[in-house]
Amino acid sequence: MNEVTNIMVVGIGGQGVMTAAEILADAALRLDHDVKKTEVAGMAQRGGVVTSQVRFGACVKSPVIIEGQADVLLSFEQAEALRWQHWLKADGVLLVNDNQLAPPVVNLGLFDYPENALAALHSGGRPMSAFNATAIALELGNVKLVNTVMLGAVAEALPFSAEHLLEGIVSRFRQSKPHLVALNERAFNLGRAASASQLARVS
Amino acid sequence: MAAAQQAQIGQKVLVSGNEAIARAVWEAGTKVAAAYPGTPATEILEYLGLYSDIYSEWSVNEKVSLEVAIGASLVGSRGFCAMKHVGLNVASDALMTLTLTGVHGGLVIAVADDVGLSSSQNEQDSRFWGRFAHVPILEPADSQEAYDMTRMAFELSEQFNTPVIVRLTTRVCHVKTTIAIYGEREAFSLGGFAKDPARWVMVPTVARTRLPFQAKRDLKLAQYSETNPLNFSLSGVDESVAFITSGPAFMHVQEAFPQSPVFKIGYSWPIPISALKNFASQYEKVLVVEETEALVETELKAAGVENISGKDVLPLHGELTPDVIKYGVAKLIGAPITSNLIPAQQVFPRPPTMCVACPHLGPYFALASMRNIHIAGDIGCYTLGAGQPWNALDTCISMGASMGVALGMDKGRGPEDENKAMVAVIGDSTFLHMGMQGLLNITYNQGNVTILLLDNRAVGMTGGQNNPGNGMNLQGEQTNRVDFAKLVEALGVAPERIRKVNAYELPVVLKTLREETKIKQPSVVITGNPCVLVDAYQPKGPLYVMENDCNGCGNCLDTGCPAISVTRRETVVKPNGREKKLAFVTIDTSVCTGCGLCTKPCAPDCIQPLSLRGDLPKDVSTSPSLGDSQ
Repeated sequence: MNEVTNIMVVGIGGQGVMTAAEILADAALRLDHDVKKTEVAGMAQRGGVVTSQVRFGACVKSPVIIEGQADVLLSFEQAEALRWQHWLKADGVLLVNDNQLAPPVVNLGLFDYPENALAALHSGGRPMSAFNATAIALELGNVKLVNTVMLGAVAEALPFSAEHLLEGIVSRFRQSKPHLVALNERAFNLGRAASASQLARVS
Repeated sequence: MAAAQQAQIGQKVLVSGNEAIARAVWEAGTKVAAAYPGTPATEILEYLGLYSDIYSEWSVNEKVSLEVAIGASLVGSRGFCAMKHVGLNVASDALMTLTLTGVHGGLVIAVADDVGLSSSQNEQDSRFWGRFAHVPILEPADSQEAYDMTRMAFELSEQFNTPVIVRLTTRVCHVKTTIAIYGEREAFSLGGFAKDPARWVMVPTVARTRLPFQAKRDLKLAQYSETNPLNFSLSGVDESVAFITSGPAFMHVQEAFPQSPVFKIGYSWPIPISALKNFASQYEKVLVVEETEALVETELKAAGVENISGKDVLPLHGELTPDVIKYGVAKLIGAPITSNLIPAQQVFPRPPTMCVACPHLGPYFALASMRNIHIAGDIGCYTLGAGQPWNALDTCISMGASMGVALGMDKGRGPEDENKAMVAVIGDSTFLHMGMQGLLNITYNQGNVTILLLDNRAVGMTGGQNNPGNGMNLQGEQTNRVDFAKLVEALGVAPERIRKVNAYELPVVLKTLREETKIKQPSVVITGNPCVLVDAYQPKGPLYVMENDCNGCGNCLDTGCPAISVTRRETVVKPNGREKKLAFVTIDTSVCTGCGLCTKPCAPDCIQPLSLRGDLPKDVSTSPSLGDSQ
């Protein structure tokens, strides 16, 4: 049987969702997997829903993950995890940045932000980790580090090592911006620790 | 990032279809490549701009880009242009005659269909250009095929003396798959322009002589399709349903039904009718899976093939993903449709929004507060003005349409619209693409239209590409920059009716629009503040809300800036007994760039620079990081 790993990364335009998916795809490619990566980013540069899908294995046909077949859902925002949770398979791993980003339609009072999103997600009974990756990134000094924190979070749910993934991140700027290596390593490890402790409690 | 550009022969790289096409165009020895940005094809030319040995350009529109490619072909070089599906509508005037002249050097047009409408005003199936324009169409399914077929397309173009269309969809353009690189740049030249009016000057007498050539070419192209290795079939052990498919739908079919026989069409026009009839005759039920319209299905039915299904069980629009195909097959064979899927949760919509500090926010705040206007819109980021909280855009048709539509509303109005002012809203790049002619038409025909020209010095919606409005070319070099005030004056707008405003100065924007909409003459209000995504934008320090002073008026929310969010709501009863809803706000200082727009409508004047706050938190806005590349 052809084993394909299906990872879905979701969030909001501008959060680094597509970069995170790119790094996951690249890590799989360096292990000689067949890889396909696709995304739906909608119209605008910023603010809309972004979903990116990474599939890898010996042979991948469609770039699209079928609903209910994702092994991992990596969500950069709480409500987006709720929006896409049904894409996961029954025992798929759910990793959530529990930061809340309300769009203008919510701020205008036209829609409500879901009150118990985390509880609803937990009720699925899947392996799940939810923590505030945005707070970690801000603590480290830059909100854009969120994608490195989230990649740390997903590291334990992949069929390859966390070190292999981390190498893929820091190799992107080891030459050009060496001062960022240590910062991203810290972000990665904090995300990894936050998710590992919660996932361990589940299993 | 340019994996394909830097790759050596024998290397495997993970690239998008767009990047693979750029590599193939380069390898083919192409001398000239041109495009106007359009999702999902934009990146093809962005990648080509990285190759220093090709002349590549942002053209002002798709028709011009094709004409530039034609010129390159005439002088014996290979020419290339890329566009989104609606771009070929614009370029079709040139295409429909190019197909009669034929080519000298190979000429390839990459056309990308936005199947599923992620970023377009309509959904078109560009395979139909094959029949209409009598040109061959190649249809890749992934990046490797995009690379292979683009190389082949140039050879095909010269072999059959025809332009060739490479038809893409979003799932080819934007999907990254691995490709194996096997070529370097080759030298190509057919040696100069040979003057030949009987070939290149399309007056009726000449065009008439080219029609038989075109008809003969049609026959040759159809024969070639029957034996072309891009059209092939795979056998399968599960023969309950066999498939005929093309493009990325082939991958979806293989995913959903890996054991089934499938005919894969890669040379999509002319359709290999005999080969398909032969394939279909071997099976009881054959399902045609094509995005998006029933082109192959209709041709096969017309050819008398009866055991064909297609759009009777599959959707007429949108993407045919594996689950969609499974659903269609269940309908076809009468199997029960079951689902053990987890139900989807209802979550608020999150439509695309304008950016934090976007220079369009102010003009839309102004438009939203004006009564008795009709607003003809256009295509760009500012089309989002139709959404919340502005609801200030009434039409969107095609590139540049705001001009003609506004004039038609003016001239065609009845008593119901007598007191309405007609406003057209258009961006800089769209104006230069196809709006200029519409404005000339307004001044020539004495229309009463106020034009709001939102010059943000970039093609914003597709990612901030350069254009003549900022005077930078594809490679980022400074070149001629158009002066919009002079341009619209030359097009016939009276100098005193040309008003330049700062988009962030709300009272000025509003006053200017009110004045100009009252005057029964064409007028143009021009903003000049750069898109926040381009280098020309200079962010300032973030602002914050003095929370103790915020009175919940919520006026700042009406700007639509996504940096502002509500922290709590209250309902109070006013002395007159009416309820008033209050919304107390905060500003996300990590994303605010201090444009100051929200300070203008703020009733209690409680928004201030963060630098003035006593207890400054640690700086969260300036240190570098991994970043994102969206």
